[in-house]
Amino acid sequence: MKFRTFGRHIKEGAKNLVRNGWMTFASVSAVTVTLFVVGAFLLLIMNINHFASSLEDDVEIRVFVDLTAEAEDQEELGESLSDFNEVESVEYVPKEEGLEAFIDSLGDEGDYFESLRDENPLNDVFVVRAEDPQETEIIAHEIEDLDHVEGVEYGRDIFDQLFSATDFVRIVGAGLIVGLVFTAIFLIANTIKLTILARKTEIQIMKLVGATNSFIRWPFFIEGLLLGTLGAIVPISVLTFGYVRFYEAIGKSTGLEFFEFLPVYPLTIQTSLLLLGIGAIVGVWGSIMSVRKFLKV
Amino acid sequence: MQDVWKTYPNGVMAVNGISIYIKKGEFVYVVGPSGAGKSTFIKMMYREEKPTRGEITIDGKDLSKIKEKNIPYLRRNIGVVFQDFKLLPNLTVFENVAFAMEVIEESKENIRKRVMEVLDVVRLKNKARFLPHELSGGEQQRVAIARAVVNKPAVLIADEPTGNLDPETSWEIMHIIEEINESGTTVVMATHNRDIVDNMRKRLIAIEGGRISRDEIRGTYGYEI
Repeated sequence: MKFRTFGRHIKEGAKNLVRNGWMTFASVSAVTVTLFVVGAFLLLIMNINHFASSLEDDVEIRVFVDLTAEAEDQEELGESLSDFNEVESVEYVPKEEGLEAFIDSLGDEGDYFESLRDENPLNDVFVVRAEDPQETEIIAHEIEDLDHVEGVEYGRDIFDQLFSATDFVRIVGAGLIVGLVFTAIFLIANTIKLTILARKTEIQIMKLVGATNSFIRWPFFIEGLLLGTLGAIVPISVLTFGYVRFYEAIGKSTGLEFFEFLPVYPLTIQTSLLLLGIGAIVGVWGSIMSVRKFLKV
Repeated sequence: MQDVWKTYPNGVMAVNGISIYIKKGEFVYVVGPSGAGKSTFIKMMYREEKPTRGEITIDGKDLSKIKEKNIPYLRRNIGVVFQDFKLLPNLTVFENVAFAMEVIEESKENIRKRVMEVLDVVRLKNKARFLPHELSGGEQQRVAIARAVVNKPAVLIADEPTGNLDPETSWEIMHIIEEINESGTTVVMATHNRDIVDNMRKRLIAIEGGRISRDEIRGTYGYEI
């Protein structure tokens, strides 16, 4: 295709947008509304996802070292734990430190246990974190079989519930977004189809004077692209602005230390780009889909 | 055109074995009652309809074998004029004609020159900036003819070009078509206009019931109305 022709296609596409004023407005509104909902869901899901993974990151395996183990044995065990492929970090907590933390956590009542300092009943502990929290259970079982391990603890019940809950949220969220995107494509395809119906003669004449299909398709491609991008502008600005405001108001301090909202950057940038991309794809797909059947003259 | 048949999917047999040969530069009328297969015959020539059997060759290219994606290139060598003009209402006369050249990616310079040239042929140079609805029926048809020949096609196909026009305007159109024919373009024209056929004698092909009933060098319309 010649460069000059490409310029013509862009001009034609833009001209068609103006010429079909109300239809353009209808299509852009359809994209706007859908992208707004998609965007809101994206923000919600990304925050839930963030919440879920921060919970997951807290999942740890406590490996209790055999009381009879010598210092050398402990060292050896520590090394073999670090040797696991799936292990992200291993932290050694000697029993003195463990007791300290225990007493502290009880506050005033901890005083009753001060006497234990002389004869510490606790084990030395290795705290192991898995690279992928979902692997925790498997790793825990493997660790159990090592020498000098008295036992492992990883909060089995909470662990299972947590993962099934976060997975559920992710799947439902993804499903919703995909569904919404397809609805948007369908809506645009239909609105553009209406405008094309009015331009049927034009397409017919183009075909009769020997225009190739791609020559006819290009302006529609541009038009769809513009429709989608225009439709993305309002949701992007409203959602970005809204999230900034929301984050300033309550996001920073939820009052729950284990749950915080994602910061404004890069989240809003990511969402905006994603919405822009979805808008463009939706517009182009919709218009190409509807022009296809008119090309058979 | 060799032994051409066309049966529509609904079972209507529109053309049943037509074989003709049209020489380069010839002027041919196609006449016949409505529903005789005239339109189908015409449509097959610019490949809007595909023959169910037989072959149509224009300028050495077999239309029934041509690939879907090459149809546009075939059509650039064939100009078509319709009864209802088929002009784009939002474009000026100049733009309507230029449209056919834009589509084949001609340069602006060439387009301007050539469009003014054809508008001169159809005597509409002074109305280049008018919109179609500001023109009379005859003028609109002249724009359509200009558009059909602007790319210098080998063949001009006209499907009842005078069908919507009064007798005087029809003659204007006919003189322009004849002029185009004299410059070397083959013309195939379907018509119901007895007056024109009888007074501007050319080769005449009559189609009835999907077959050729007459093929005369300087034929007359010949039907009683």
